[in-house]
Amino acid sequence: MAEMPLLQVRHLTTEFLLPGKGAARALEDVSFDVYPGQTIGLVGESGCGKTTVLMSILRLLPTQAQISGRVLFRGLDLLALSERQMREYRWKEIAIVFQGAMNALNPVMSVGEQICEAITLHGLMPRREAEARTGELLELVGIPKERGVQYPFQYSGGMRQRAMIAMALACSPCILFADEPTTALDVMVQAQILELLGNIQRKMGLAIVLVTHDLGVVAEMCDMVVVMYGGKVAEYGPVDRIFNNPQHPYTQKLLEAFPDLAQPVASLASIPGAPPRLSELPPGCRFAPRCHVCLPQCASEAPPLLEIAPGHFSACHLCKS
Amino acid sequence: MSRRTYLLRKLIFALVTIFVVLVINFVLFRVLPGDPVRAVIGRNVKISAEAQQALRQQFGLDKPIFPDQFLDTLRQWAQGNLGISWSLRRPVAEILMSKLGNTLLLIGLGQLLSIILGVFLGLFAGWKRKTVFDVAALTFSLIAWATPTFWLGIILLAAGSSWLGLPTGGIVSPENVGKPLYTVLPDLARHLVLPTLTLTILYLGEYMLIMRSSILEVLSEDYILTAKAKGMSPWQVLWRHALKNAMLPIVTIVALNLGFTVSGAIYIETVFSYDGLGKLFQTALVKQDYPLLQGAFLLLAVSVIVANFLADILYTALDPRVKAN
Amino acid sequence: MRESWLLFWRNLREFWRVFRHNRMGMIGAFLLLSAVLIALFAPFLSPYEPSLVIRDATGRGLTFAPPAVHGPLGTDDAGRDVWTQLVYGARISLLVGLLAGFIAMFIGSLLGILAGYFGGWIDTLIMRVTDVLLVIPDLPLMLVLVATLRQMELKISPLVVLILVIGLLYWTSTARLVRSQVLSIKERQFVARARAIGAGHFHIIRRHILPQLMPLIVANTVLILSTAILIESGLSFLGLGDPTQPSWGTMLNFAFDRNAISNGAWWFYLPPGLAIVWVSLGCVLLGNVLEEMLNPRLTAHHLEGDVRVRPLEGEGAYG
Repeated sequence: MAEMPLLQVRHLTTEFLLPGKGAARALEDVSFDVYPGQTIGLVGESGCGKTTVLMSILRLLPTQAQISGRVLFRGLDLLALSERQMREYRWKEIAIVFQGAMNALNPVMSVGEQICEAITLHGLMPRREAEARTGELLELVGIPKERGVQYPFQYSGGMRQRAMIAMALACSPCILFADEPTTALDVMVQAQILELLGNIQRKMGLAIVLVTHDLGVVAEMCDMVVVMYGGKVAEYGPVDRIFNNPQHPYTQKLLEAFPDLAQPVASLASIPGAPPRLSELPPGCRFAPRCHVCLPQCASEAPPLLEIAPGHFSACHLCKS
Repeated sequence: MSRRTYLLRKLIFALVTIFVVLVINFVLFRVLPGDPVRAVIGRNVKISAEAQQALRQQFGLDKPIFPDQFLDTLRQWAQGNLGISWSLRRPVAEILMSKLGNTLLLIGLGQLLSIILGVFLGLFAGWKRKTVFDVAALTFSLIAWATPTFWLGIILLAAGSSWLGLPTGGIVSPENVGKPLYTVLPDLARHLVLPTLTLTILYLGEYMLIMRSSILEVLSEDYILTAKAKGMSPWQVLWRHALKNAMLPIVTIVALNLGFTVSGAIYIETVFSYDGLGKLFQTALVKQDYPLLQGAFLLLAVSVIVANFLADILYTALDPRVKAN
Repeated sequence: MRESWLLFWRNLREFWRVFRHNRMGMIGAFLLLSAVLIALFAPFLSPYEPSLVIRDATGRGLTFAPPAVHGPLGTDDAGRDVWTQLVYGARISLLVGLLAGFIAMFIGSLLGILAGYFGGWIDTLIMRVTDVLLVIPDLPLMLVLVATLRQMELKISPLVVLILVIGLLYWTSTARLVRSQVLSIKERQFVARARAIGAGHFHIIRRHILPQLMPLIVANTVLILSTAILIESGLSFLGLGDPTQPSWGTMLNFAFDRNAISNGAWWFYLPPGLAIVWVSLGCVLLGNVLEEMLNPRLTAHHLEGDVRVRPLEGEGAYG
């Protein structure tokens, strides 16, 4: 990995200020790198802060949120930019495909118009050419370009998600965030969408940050994986290492709960207990209350994220570097 | 649901509602005590027994009430024959038509102003939620809602006439009465200021409130986040993605509000002695001129129902979800 | 039955703890309660009878006397004390508003429950009727109804006519609200369970649905009350009130008809209007706050300012 990372996330911490209730820490000290052409997976149970990572990087959180840390895009700290400067980076450099494409498209604007708008907004090309490119993008994701004049409600769920992907590609970004792009779609369509994402990545060489709770998808698509628990990174490293040699008890349990990679039916709920609530996080290791190998110090002392092997990080008192 | 089915359903609903109004009107007319002939010719007109009998036959009052008399009445109404006003001794339809324009002018102006202002102020208040502007807008809306129309009119009348020297009533000055309105525009405008202002203030608050909650709902939708993620500025998001979606409920509300607007016109025209349907309605009420009252009710109700149907057509033109398919 | 109501009371106590700190709600409650107290204690607040004509030293009626001449609010065109009429008028305005509001609330809740609970053709029928009523302009309809009722010479008080007409026409919003609430309650587990063990419709409605509906109905009644008081004032202004028992609207009718404006008698036409605003504003504030507390709306939207970025404090665990 001699290349420079495209995106370096460092100590990203996000808090939501709740009026009268103090702050809820949604993310704490999250760090990872995104390299060109690579796919990195963010996995964890719902509520562990996966989506918040994406939103924090793009600074799309509401005003009650407070972010600290660094997000270096090609060495430039996105968190240090003004809101106006930040707009230049959204979509043009980092585009995002949201979870529910049902509502992510404007219901009263034609799909083609919504794609075209993204191109002209950033002044990449004149309107005429942008319209032609919109057609190409639709064809690229497998939608006949004549259907660009139609409205989202005339599309099926899978088509909407394809259109979302076409829209995300509009400005040829170098990073694509995909926030659970296949939930709410049926299994056949899920596979098609993932295949589409893989093809596009190979064709365009973009980096993908894939948020998912489906370990099968991670195994299939990703080069690197960040396992998150309670707003923190539990384990981070190359996919094959983590799948073959998980060091964090949480990762181990996750993989146990997911026995057969050939049958991607994730059931993370089979770990006893529930993930912690962000407003009442345990003082020590956040996984301690559910951990099967918990040590006495785990309840009071948060384990640091240590590099236990080159490129493989784990935050557990049992792990030694 | 296709657009045609949607509109067909709305049309059927409008027709049924009109029918209900016709039945209400007929029934109320019939339950009036005393001789129905009296209801036609007026209470205090002296008339011989033979002439009464002749009239009874002429108006078909000797036939059974249903279906003969009902159908007969419907036929009369359909031909624009709404009877003779007791107090003015002229055909009701003719009187109504002579006042309709004045009322449309007042309502139209007031609605137009309050919709335009309300949409923009409400948009801004929702966007800048919990700011001083928003709180001020909300407070204004609440007070406007809690204020009786006629009382606001009385206050503006008292203030406007004594401090600004604006006319206290009528639609034009006495010397201009009877001239075509377009020849006396400055005078007409002076007379319109206070009633229009009253109507605008009252409806502004409501439209502002509706637009505010509508925009709040739209702004928490996912596609707004998409627009923001595209790198749009707040203004671009508002203008390109939020406004149209937030405006859709306004169309329906404006239509539904026409009924309230008619109420407003009755109060305001009464306070400002404005020569329109509202004032006519109030006069008919005071003078117990039932044919006039019934005719005015019929006209107002049917107009509102038809306007509602037109708003439905407009809605289908604005919302692609109904327009397409 | 008893358990449900106990729960209701406990919720009420809990509710008061939160409500106490809501400024808008407290202002609304104050406005409404103060008006109710004034109405109740009217005879103690004025030394006169409402119909008594105030006379000057020569025995002539003191007409249109400004507050400086006859306090605190002067006299009207006939020389009667405006303050006295105002406090006695509170009784009429509030009474008509309350009774009409309760009738509307009762009809609306009943039809809403029927429509929501039974669904099917009952629901369709009730909802179509509300749709029709919503479209017909309300004031003209009421005026025609009142005029007809008067013409029938039924020998009932004009106030009763007002109460009936307002109450019988203003239930539509309550019915819709209650219906949608019943629909969502019906979806919940315990209703299905109660049905599965064979509980009767009446039992389920009374024991499972009504207690949960009560807060909503209370909030809505407060809102309906403000509508009823406003409508009453409007109808009375148009001369449909009882001239022998003047409400605030009737007072304004007198003031307007008897040229209080051209006589500059602001003490005659300002106070009754302010009183109406006072009460209806109180109801609206209170009702909105109650509704908001029952159905909290969204807390933030996507354009609500930008996320705050805090400078980095110290370095974390690894680099």
